Amino acid sequence: MSEATTSWQRIKVWFHRWGSPAWFYAASGHMIPWLWAGFALLALPGLYLGLFVAPPDYLQGDSYRIIFIHVPSAWMSMMIFALMAIFGLIGMVWRIRLAETMAICSAPIGAAFTLITLITGSLWGKPTWGTYWQWDARMTSELVLLFLYVGVLALYESIEEPRKAARAASLLALIGLVNLPIIHYSVQWWNTLHQGNTIRLNLAESSMDTSMLVPLLLLVVATKFYYAAVLLARSRSMLLHQDQHKNWPRELLVAD
Amino acid sequence: MTPTRKRRLTLFLGILAGVSLAVGIAIYALQDNLLYFQSPSDVIARNIEPGQKFRLGGLVERGSVQRDPQTLLASFDVTDGKETIRVEYQGILPDLFAEGQGVIAHGRLAGSGQFVADDVLAKHDETYMAPEVADALERAGHPVKKKLSDSETVASGGR
Repeated sequence: MSEATTSWQRIKVWFHRWGSPAWFYAASGHMIPWLWAGFALLALPGLYLGLFVAPPDYLQGDSYRIIFIHVPSAWMSMMIFALMAIFGLIGMVWRIRLAETMAICSAPIGAAFTLITLITGSLWGKPTWGTYWQWDARMTSELVLLFLYVGVLALYESIEEPRKAARAASLLALIGLVNLPIIHYSVQWWNTLHQGNTIRLNLAESSMDTSMLVPLLLLVVATKFYYAAVLLARSRSMLLHQDQHKNWPRELLVAD
Repeated sequence: MTPTRKRRLTLFLGILAGVSLAVGIAIYALQDNLLYFQSPSDVIARNIEPGQKFRLGGLVERGSVQRDPQTLLASFDVTDGKETIRVEYQGILPDLFAEGQGVIAHGRLAGSGQFVADDVLAKHDETYMAPEVADALERAGHPVKKKLSDSETVASGGR
């Protein structure tokens, strides 16, 4: 056996370990504090720079500062949905229990980000556009995303057996994936009240002042840490709750 | 990958592809109905009947805003660069309403070809700038949108 095959084997073994609830419970327990630390280290300077240091907008004054919450939340609402569908697909095809758990535990976090996106957008819309809500393509498709999250959770709750429930909910998540390109491209495909994308992949082309862009990007990364921390914490407690009569929780807790 | 897993994977990816195709076709068919507003060129090209309600969107032509000093009546030209339509509106304009700025007006065409708006919304664009940067751009000869109060003085005092 060559060196490469053995290290590949080692990676495979390490990966397979994550499938064990006991291993996952212990390993994620070590990771969660670091993820929270990463979130705090990025979010606190991001909020400070965004709310106190960045200059007001030339046209909107201070009301534009809602962007520091709105845009990171909007991106998270879509990213979490995509990850939920991918976890769900892995769960449905390979029947890995942890993937099913992570898919279901992503849904409430994503739904919360979607709700924050809709509320902050609406509060900003009143002073900027002169209306809280209009049925334009961007806003309507983001509202549909909220309904999809609620649908995934409702479907999961409606089926007794947790693993069957998770797979049914995952299928809805997979189908709901179709909505993500609609949300993203709505501002290009149709005339909408909502403006086009400010931030481009090539940051130099973004139509935003650097002093505003830096806190925004800090918060964009911070929300990823938040999601990872909350996802692991929710998954742990869900596994612990489902396995309360099994051996591994007792062994872990007694060892502690 | 075992045959069962391969079969499941193909099944689920097939479902996703089927749903995407169906939604894609539906969106393509409904394209015109999903337009939130019509530009002045659309209005002229489609021969929209007077009295029919729709949303008109475009930029407020610079120097075209007129306000009645006694009432809340305002009128201005909405343009998309090719065609222009005169809009009349009785009411309070949104804070961000400005010459050169995007607006969306909800209302109908009057017989005279003017658009009578019941509702005017300001459309914000995707640019975010510090006030000093906007001033610097202005000094360098690039016109930047301004709030109505400023643009009115510009209009009366000449540019």
